Amino acid sequence: MTVHASLAVFAKRDCPTCELIAPVLRGLAERGAALTVYSQDDPAFPDRLDGVVDDRELAHSFRHRVEIVPTLVRFEDGVEVARTEGWDAAEWRRLTGVADLGAGLPGLRPGCGSKSVEPGLADYLRVRFGEPGIRARRIDFGPYDDEIEICFERGWTDGLPVVPPTDVRVLRMLAGTTRAPDEVVGRIPPNLAECTVEKVAINAVMAGCKPEYLPVVLAAVEAALEPEFTLHGLLATTYFSGPIIVVNGPVARRIGMNSGMNALGQGNRANATIGRALQLIVRNIGGGRPGEVDRATLGGPGKYTFCFAEDESDPRWEPLSVSRGFAPGSSTVTLFQGEGVQGFVDQKSRTPEDLARSLAMGLNAIGHPKMVQSQRAILVLSPEHHAIFAEAGWDRRRIEAAIDAATLRPGRDLVAGAHGVGEGMPAALADEALPKFNPGGLMIVRAGGPAGLFSAILPGWIAGRNHLELQPVTKEIKP
Amino acid sequence: MSALTWMRDPTPETSPLKRARLAPPPSLEGRTVCLFDIGKTRTREFLDRVEMRLAERNIRTMRAGKPTNAKIATPETLQKVAEEADVVLIGLSD
Repeated sequence: MTVHASLAVFAKRDCPTCELIAPVLRGLAERGAALTVYSQDDPAFPDRLDGVVDDRELAHSFRHRVEIVPTLVRFEDGVEVARTEGWDAAEWRRLTGVADLGAGLPGLRPGCGSKSVEPGLADYLRVRFGEPGIRARRIDFGPYDDEIEICFERGWTDGLPVVPPTDVRVLRMLAGTTRAPDEVVGRIPPNLAECTVEKVAINAVMAGCKPEYLPVVLAAVEAALEPEFTLHGLLATTYFSGPIIVVNGPVARRIGMNSGMNALGQGNRANATIGRALQLIVRNIGGGRPGEVDRATLGGPGKYTFCFAEDESDPRWEPLSVSRGFAPGSSTVTLFQGEGVQGFVDQKSRTPEDLARSLAMGLNAIGHPKMVQSQRAILVLSPEHHAIFAEAGWDRRRIEAAIDAATLRPGRDLVAGAHGVGEGMPAALADEALPKFNPGGLMIVRAGGPAGLFSAILPGWIAGRNHLELQPVTKEIKP
Repeated sequence: MSALTWMRDPTPETSPLKRARLAPPPSLEGRTVCLFDIGKTRTREFLDRVEMRLAERNIRTMRAGKPTNAKIATPETLQKVAEEADVVLIGLSD
């Protein structure tokens, strides 16, 4: 039985090794070899060779998984049996069966990178000529349509433009995690719609995330879906709250999160887009939209996005994640049901006792000054305020305990009607001393710029029938 | 713009790809109907008749239109219609 052998060579003009072997290719053609040359950048290359296949669109190079040019592939009866990359005279002679091929050329020359594996191009080619494997249905638009406007028209945005989730962008996003695209992360309220890793990735693209943020977004979604986070209620509430994400551990530095100057503000892509991705997931997958299930009376700007990292640079400070039982050095997200930001100023207290009492006054004001044990809070302690505690040797627990104790007030000042204000606690508590928070209701996070005797209070959601039914949730971030 | 003219659905795909029109109101009573002239020959005449019929039923109307049938409505026109009308009737008559 006769074996039908053929050869294919992938080359580009912009490759000195390809230029070097151009005479070899012409020689093979002159000998009558069944040779097809695919040129990646110039169909007139190699010069004086007929029948060169124009592969400037790289379809052939992609389908043959070419990584280096020149690449010589030998087929027998249409099936690849061998290939060699670059110029290796011995290998080329073996594959072509021409014993004196390239006589006079050096024995070995490395090739150049194939255009089909240039950065940014591989995903595009996979979409165009391969099977990208994305399961979400396609939304087609015309060549002159504005994709950003289509996203608005379909109700997929939070009011700001989103990045259109094209296949290339979704594939790149999915490369940010080792998890399978079809893995179900959970069901997103209010519609309890199934949410896969792929759907998270699509929404992360829209939020403007980079692929390396995806594990953080996935962990945030998982945390939000824990029953004690009560995401449905948080969405539906008339109160101001939404999810606040605090990131701990090496991932924060790795993806360039801001825990310093303006940590709670604008300007950092990771901070801005991770929080936004979670909100878009609730909107687009869960169906939670303002004016529908989201019944907020006023809402707040934190409902666009609210995510920041803790500053763990001071060894005297125990990171939030460690205080919540995670190993030092692990990367976590902690989700809190909150609003923000209530500024707190104290530029005169110089002892830890003074500052604890002062912070308690600020914390007593959240929600309503006469309401207690009805909400949690995050205290974002700035480095200058923290230094007052740290220099006196106070650690996280001592600061928390001192602030908690300083929030104690006589019930008679807090009951409904006291001080001529109808709001307040039940009259039966008039003879008790009442702290602002239930045990564990205050979480302290260290963040902020180096200058400024300011801290920030992020009040929690008022949903206090039973404080244990509503809790912050911490999850480890996995790749 | 992307060279590929599609993107992927970020929703759980529980609603049809083609978006449904808004349901018409159960009644025109108390509502304002915009009679929208697309700019084709004799559309005005057609809409005048419709206006007359609606007036007989005490239904408020307002008029708006495009400069010609080949051009799209201006943003100002669309904003005026959105502000003043509850229902739009588009006149297509030649």
